[in-house]
Amino acid sequence: MSKSLKGRNVILHDMCLRDGMHAKREQISVEEMVKVAKGLDAAGIPYLQCTHGAGLGGNSLQHGFALASNEEYIAAVADSVKQAKVSVLLLPGLGTMKELKSAYKEGARSVHVATHCTEADTSPQHIACARELGMDTTGFLMMSHLNDAKGLVQQAKLMESYGAQTVYVTDSAGFMLPEDVTERISALRDALDAKTEIGFHGHHNMGMGIANSIAAVEAGATRIDASVAGMGAGAGNTPLEVFVAVAERMGANTGTDLFQLMDLAEDVITPLMEKPVRIDRDSLTLGYAGVYSTFLLHAKRAAERFGVPARDVLVELGRKKMIGGQEDMIIDTAMTMAKERGLLTEKTLEDLK
Amino acid sequence: MTKKIKCALIGSGNIGTDLIYKVQRSEVLEPVWMVGIDPESEGLKRAANMGLKTTHEGVDGLLPHVLEDEIQIAFDATSAYVHAENSRKLTELGVLMIDLTPAAIGPLCVPPVNLADQAEKKVMNVNMISCAGQATIPIVNAVARVQPVEYGEIIASLSSKSIGAGTRANLDEFTFTTSNAIEKVGGAKKGKALAIINPAEPPMIMRNTIYCLTDGEPNRDAITESVLKMIKEVQKYVPGYRLVNGPVFDEVPQGHRVAVYMEVAGLGDYLPTYAGNLDIMTAAGTRTAEMFAEKILAGEYNLSEMEPTQ
Repeated sequence: MSKSLKGRNVILHDMCLRDGMHAKREQISVEEMVKVAKGLDAAGIPYLQCTHGAGLGGNSLQHGFALASNEEYIAAVADSVKQAKVSVLLLPGLGTMKELKSAYKEGARSVHVATHCTEADTSPQHIACARELGMDTTGFLMMSHLNDAKGLVQQAKLMESYGAQTVYVTDSAGFMLPEDVTERISALRDALDAKTEIGFHGHHNMGMGIANSIAAVEAGATRIDASVAGMGAGAGNTPLEVFVAVAERMGANTGTDLFQLMDLAEDVITPLMEKPVRIDRDSLTLGYAGVYSTFLLHAKRAAERFGVPARDVLVELGRKKMIGGQEDMIIDTAMTMAKERGLLTEKTLEDLK
Repeated sequence: MTKKIKCALIGSGNIGTDLIYKVQRSEVLEPVWMVGIDPESEGLKRAANMGLKTTHEGVDGLLPHVLEDEIQIAFDATSAYVHAENSRKLTELGVLMIDLTPAAIGPLCVPPVNLADQAEKKVMNVNMISCAGQATIPIVNAVARVQPVEYGEIIASLSSKSIGAGTRANLDEFTFTTSNAIEKVGGAKKGKALAIINPAEPPMIMRNTIYCLTDGEPNRDAITESVLKMIKEVQKYVPGYRLVNGPVFDEVPQGHRVAVYMEVAGLGDYLPTYAGNLDIMTAAGTRTAEMFAEKILAGEYNLSEMEPTQ
């Protein structure tokens, strides 16, 4: 392999205590979080995200309730790390500035302010608020495969104008192929201020997490989201320790200790997983059909309940262009499909009552 | 009825423009003024073409005409930040405010739940909460009137094209006002509101999911009957308010969950029918104004005798 990334610095942002919460149905304890955070900190990870999987304000019937409040997680993790910065996720429409301020108070110093890839103009007050607090502020364009490079540039410029210091191309569905990433990251790099950093957040649903992240760095991204042992929604995020190994072989600098990360993946994270986070027919369907990765476990549960295969439900959700946050539409869609297929009769409907 | 109450519409965006159609159809209301801030705005031009007087100088451009044009009701569809000042200036002149911003200075109103109470309070300012609130609070209340609701949570999915710049730039106000109203008007002990803006093409129809956790085992038959009855009430002013799935009853780790899945199709006045969120807001505002207009016309509600709202 060439040393084509020689001398490049990559800032890693671990996701296993936020995106990984999805894979654990939000059931990671404060003690487990602290243990993982200490390992990440010791291995030199500069940023680690920790909140409910859906971020600030995420505790809800829609997204599930975590074992502890976001404030409890953040405070415990912030207390346990020496060098790493603690970050949070904030989706306007779900989380608010009130929750951002309280996260800051507990020790969060970085935030991904996330909108769908065409709705950046719902984020100005949250990005401005984060900057006022002095947080490392990222604008996070989710489901980026649903906007082309030109459209994404417009959205990224909006976030930059609100004060975002970094803008991410976020492949929430794990749909993108390396050439899609290269095109979008290059377009952002050309259009944004030289001081604005560019990041990439991948999902491994098509097995492209590493290749896409490398393509992003080659095209000018300096920040990469990844998750130790890949623990995240769908088939997981870009597996962090694998990315570090590849990036090192290509000459890039991540400032992290690969062997410590490997041990953390093997000895701490993997035993936490309820089921292996891997590419199976349903997570592959997410990537193939371009569906939000978090929908996976919801669709599996709806499938079990209403007798419609999860894959059929996911494909239908993709067809209806449902986006992140519309988890309620999974049961609704499964019920409607079950009715159409004669699986939900008046009698079974009566049983639901 | 020959006499109508003259109205001003403030804010020439999506809501203000859709209001023209709704108010024009009313038997007791007449839209006379449209107030904007941009002379080039599409909304002001449309209002002028539809026969309204217009000003692009904000509420200050309207004030000199309030008395001579006998404006008695004003709909404010601007933003929470400017509403307070608009309301102060107009109520001083004896104009009743129908507030369609999330400012929530006055009492919160969801017509099928508490419209009748508003006139009793003799207020000069009534708040319409938000489109999501208008679409979901009737259902929360339909459950809460059967048995106590510990927690009410609503998810509103809105098509991107139907959400104007003001709402987008101030999503937190939308969230706070709606959450609060789920408690105050819906009757849930605790409320939470989630909004999702979906850019799909063709635009998706407004969807709303309502979750309630009931105190104790839900009375399934009574809740189902109450929900169906409430839907009929809303359909009186928003015909496209439709039950898609539910009520579904589930035991979840948090307790006894009732789930209701709704969609709202609009009348297609200003924006196409997918924008049911516009209609449910403007129709509720118009319905509320009509109730006051009927009282004013009957001599039961004397605006000049009331204390201006701050």
